[in-house]
Amino acid sequence: MELEAAISMKESIKSILKTEKLVYEYKQLDEEGNVEGVNRAIDEVDLDVQKGDFVAILGHNGSGKSTLAKHMNAMLFPTGGTVWVDGMDTGKEEHVWEVRQRAGMVFQNPDNQIIGQVVEEDVGFGAENLGVPTEEIWERVEESLRAVGMYEFRKHSPNHLSGGQKQRVSIAGVLAMHPMCIVLDEPTAMLDPRGRKEVIRAARGLNDVEGITVILITHYMDEIIHADKVYVMDQGKIAMQGTPREIFSQVDKLQSLRLDLPQVTLLAHELKKQGLDLPDGILTVDELVEALGL
Amino acid sequence: MSIKLERINYIYGQGTEMVVHALKDIHIEIKDGEFVGLIGHTGSGKSTLVQHLNGLIKPTEGHIYFDGQDIYAEGYDMKKHRSNVGLVFQYPEHQLFEVDVLSDVCFGPKNLGLKKDEAEAQAKEALALVGMGEQYYKRSPFDLSGGQKRRVAIAGVLAMKPKMLILDEPTAGLDPQGRKEILELISGLRERAGITIVLVSHSMEDVAEYVDRVIVMNKGAVAYDGAPKEVFSHLEELEEMGLAAPEVSYIVHKLREKGLEVETDAITMEEAAKDILAALEARRKGNL
Repeated sequence: MELEAAISMKESIKSILKTEKLVYEYKQLDEEGNVEGVNRAIDEVDLDVQKGDFVAILGHNGSGKSTLAKHMNAMLFPTGGTVWVDGMDTGKEEHVWEVRQRAGMVFQNPDNQIIGQVVEEDVGFGAENLGVPTEEIWERVEESLRAVGMYEFRKHSPNHLSGGQKQRVSIAGVLAMHPMCIVLDEPTAMLDPRGRKEVIRAARGLNDVEGITVILITHYMDEIIHADKVYVMDQGKIAMQGTPREIFSQVDKLQSLRLDLPQVTLLAHELKKQGLDLPDGILTVDELVEALGL
Repeated sequence: MSIKLERINYIYGQGTEMVVHALKDIHIEIKDGEFVGLIGHTGSGKSTLVQHLNGLIKPTEGHIYFDGQDIYAEGYDMKKHRSNVGLVFQYPEHQLFEVDVLSDVCFGPKNLGLKKDEAEAQAKEALALVGMGEQYYKRSPFDLSGGQKRRVAIAGVLAMKPKMLILDEPTAGLDPQGRKEILELISGLRERAGITIVLVSHSMEDVAEYVDRVIVMNKGAVAYDGAPKEVFSHLEELEEMGLAAPEVSYIVHKLREKGLEVETDAITMEEAAKDILAALEARRKGNL
């Protein structure tokens, strides 16, 4: 009976990632090692990400985005408040490995994340570390490489791939660990236009096709117009939250937070300023076409 | 002052199975006071090219002339050349290392053999150019924000009084406001200090907005070299090279496809807005 109750409770958890009054502080030391002051990088953040969502996190440099991201797979632990990943408190040491298995991370620099000599070995590395049986690793590697469109490169050396291809290999490596959630921390910052498109397409594919929760941190506004929800960080706090349309309707506020608008939204805003009657928060060319009555 | 590349070829890995012809027959001349954008996908040869400009890589074939002098001629002062042609690498803030901002920026001019007070004078001038006032001189470079660190790193190159400044993706990883600040700063360097600028960038929007000449690299060769409007009109070819046109270009094309008689050569937001308004106005008049 108890077991059944526990199972049904577990199934009812829709939230993959939840934080309550999350605080992260670190001490600033002077040259002698004395405490000079305490910096609060994350300041009482409440987040709730549902399974299968595509969530974007925006914020200027130093706003706390990356620090927040590192709490999502137990790379950092809260100094106040709580983080739950799939219902598990990340602050409890016994949960660390399970948390990391559920939430994988991909970082900015494609050259810092690849270790294998051959693409398929690199992709299998994480799963191997989890103790997945060899045969299953190869199955997972194949699946993951297909999911990001890199299967034909499986026998290549990662050194000869483009930036966008390397990032997709990194994503495949996380996928092979069968996570429920992938956190991408500025995955396109160093890529050329094609690379950026490839990585965003791969991330959207994982979300749409595989149902994996995606948390995308970025400085490129155009990458997140399809997100289910957007959080904007400032000084360690959540300054704005809402759908992309709600967020991108607030032009002045966004600019005061050192952010910008997607190009189409910016153009529509400019046309509106010049006297055209257009709604706020136009996100795609198709919406602009419609609003202009074409 | 100008820098001229004449039939540059660069081949590495000769004598192995992995011979790479990284630059192919490059002819370029960059004149005094130009603001050039250099674009190309990862691996297209952009970085190899800029490393030739300041003598970090020696071409396998061809000549590089700075102010008419062959930089590989015997007795050419290469050290002087490297201060004339300043190179700001990607993520230059990773190279900050000194205890305070002023000492860090002094490192370059001191290395050139300047006395302490001369080096400091040049460093202060450079810091003023990047908008970092006296209040930052004694701060540790590591306590600054991302955008400030990057400006200090750029000042470190400016302190050597370059005539030409090459910046390899100076806005990578910065927030939108930070990107704008750095681009305005670079643009101002040309206006105020008369420095020739080469901007390597993956942002077609930034290139369209700021530079007056675009060089496109593809597979080690120059694919296009011209005014931004002209270069970005080759939309399909650029896409085949892994590049793109500025986003507004796609928007105006789409509007035209949907029946609005709008010009399609806009590459900046302002141009596009102006063209769309003009097209809507013409349509309104036509309907009357």
